[in-house]
Amino acid sequence: MATKKKTSAKKAPVKKAAVKKPAAKKDVKKKVTAKKLVAKKVTSKKAAVRNAAVKKPTAKRVVRPTAVIDTQRAVEQFLYRQSEILDTRQWQSFIDLFSADGVYWMPITQEQTEWEGSPSIFAEDKLMMEVRMRRVLHPQAWSQSPMWATNHLVSNVVIEKETAGEVQVRSRFHLMELRRDTVRHFGGTYRHTLVKSGAGYKIKLQRVDMFNSQAPYDYVLQIWV
Amino acid sequence: MLHEPIPNLKKLVEPDRVHRLAYTDPEIFELEIKNIFEKIWVYCGHESQVKKPGDYQTLTIGRQPMVMIRGKDMKVRVLYNRCPHRGVELCGALKGNAGEALTCSYHSWRFHLDGKIESIPLMKGYDGTRMNVDNPDCSMRAAARVDSYRGFVFASLSPDGPPLPEFLGEAKIAFDDMCDRAPEGEVEVVPYCHRVIQHSNWKFFMENQLDALHPSVTHQSTGVAAAWVEREIKQKTGEAPPLYYHYLSAFTMSFDKWDSVQTLNYPRGHGILKGYMGLRPDDPDTNAYVAKMYEAYGKEKAEKFLSRDIHHVLVYPYLSVQSPLQQIRVLRPIAPNKTLSEIWHFRLKGAPEAIYRRSLWYYNLVNSPATMINADDLENWTKGQWGLESSGMDWVSFHRDHGRDQENADGSIYSNSGTSEAVMRSQFKAWTEYLAGDK
Repeated sequence: MATKKKTSAKKAPVKKAAVKKPAAKKDVKKKVTAKKLVAKKVTSKKAAVRNAAVKKPTAKRVVRPTAVIDTQRAVEQFLYRQSEILDTRQWQSFIDLFSADGVYWMPITQEQTEWEGSPSIFAEDKLMMEVRMRRVLHPQAWSQSPMWATNHLVSNVVIEKETAGEVQVRSRFHLMELRRDTVRHFGGTYRHTLVKSGAGYKIKLQRVDMFNSQAPYDYVLQIWV
Repeated sequence: MLHEPIPNLKKLVEPDRVHRLAYTDPEIFELEIKNIFEKIWVYCGHESQVKKPGDYQTLTIGRQPMVMIRGKDMKVRVLYNRCPHRGVELCGALKGNAGEALTCSYHSWRFHLDGKIESIPLMKGYDGTRMNVDNPDCSMRAAARVDSYRGFVFASLSPDGPPLPEFLGEAKIAFDDMCDRAPEGEVEVVPYCHRVIQHSNWKFFMENQLDALHPSVTHQSTGVAAAWVEREIKQKTGEAPPLYYHYLSAFTMSFDKWDSVQTLNYPRGHGILKGYMGLRPDDPDTNAYVAKMYEAYGKEKAEKFLSRDIHHVLVYPYLSVQSPLQQIRVLRPIAPNKTLSEIWHFRLKGAPEAIYRRSLWYYNLVNSPATMINADDLENWTKGQWGLESSGMDWVSFHRDHGRDQENADGSIYSNSGTSEAVMRSQFKAWTEYLAGDK
């Protein structure tokens, strides 16, 4: 085993850098592993630089054009901004993210395909969103009085489909919600149908699938997820 | 004092007030499970939830894990969801299809869809023992009694007690009203269900359903917000806003208006809150539906069905039926301070799709796990539970309009004002009788 490790270390192009590090004579085995880790890190950095250099001549073969990467980045930024808007309670800004016919939908099960016509947890057009916003801002929204805060993370952003005017994006979210003295966790999938609007996007449909949507809800969700 | 046997329970309930321990004491809760929920007729589900042989739905009656399953003979049964061998649960999902037979995951005992033993591996191992296929202990046990009313299936775990129609009494109107509103005379369940945990004693919910004083206070924020949007729509389009905004804004009627809504209270704690929403607007969808109803029943009968004045029917102690909106809420008490609510929605067979879709808004807006209405109810009940768990004060007041209710010869009680706490007084009368074993 020890020999094998040594050989693999030899193969690493940055062996010298690793060897340079002062190593104590005791605990050789452990140190070897540590060295390897250091070596790996450096390797990946260097390799990245080298790969970037190598890539140039084969650039024609790259399937993903810059435009796709730009879309990826743009929709990611859009999703991050939406999370930020929710966590900072800018409800009107949240509604403004939607197109005039935009819909926010959380079905009960993944098998549901239409936002209207079957039971849903949320099924709101912009006018119903307005009701929700006005309700949570009302001074007598009793259930809003306890301490409450949220923290959203959005990740695993995948562009499923892009046409001239529309982008279909799938992502995963994790929501932590503090209410009174307890923290609840929610997770699931977002599916955004985004329409291009000026320099940015508007949401035509945001579908939210909670991964535990059929389990009993401990209390309710006061605002969009 | 409460650790003494049943007679002292009556001390908890006075005609105009109730001791807080009725909502908080674990021993009383156990007694409720034993003397009420595991004895009376409990709603299991609708026949259309289990359409084909082998279709099942699991549920809890009191503390008992049960399964409602359709047999090859098309009969719907309610069985204890456990293997008679070593107790292992047989149907593991909320709903599903068991196929040809139910198989235990532990030792592969197999059961026919009616619960009878089908086979046991290496049966010769039981030769000469008293456990054999003819022994009923070898088969799944069934609920003592199962019956249905207009497609709604109920089971009782006790062989004694009134038959289902007698138990339902005047509350039968809940199911009649819902089914009669269907041109084909029956309803079909929508196969998804909202499930929400209430951090409060089940009685909070039952009392709240017919508490006409709370809506304009508790639901003020949502009512006002919806009314604002309704006005916006009217101003901008000049048209009447969709009915579902009215579902929300109607909650903020004035106290006086709420006080004019009648409640009717019946023996066994059942009750009715009369209609107040005005759910029959003059629009093309409604008119198309009314035409179908006329076609099915003739004008006179159809009008009788459509003009029934009901908002809620309570089947005490665990069911709230809103027949004109085709929904039922079922309580499954878990602990003194924890209750599971399951809310189901139904389609009126033969009615236009638009009628279903309209009521769907109510179902979602009021009951979903993102409801803007129950959010504030749940908050009240949670805070109420905390208050009753404290020793700050011992008695819960139900004095409003006490002594002014109109008692009728048939045992029913009319509240002369909508906000009368006759509802709670009537429920506790039934509760006391149940716990004392009188019912």
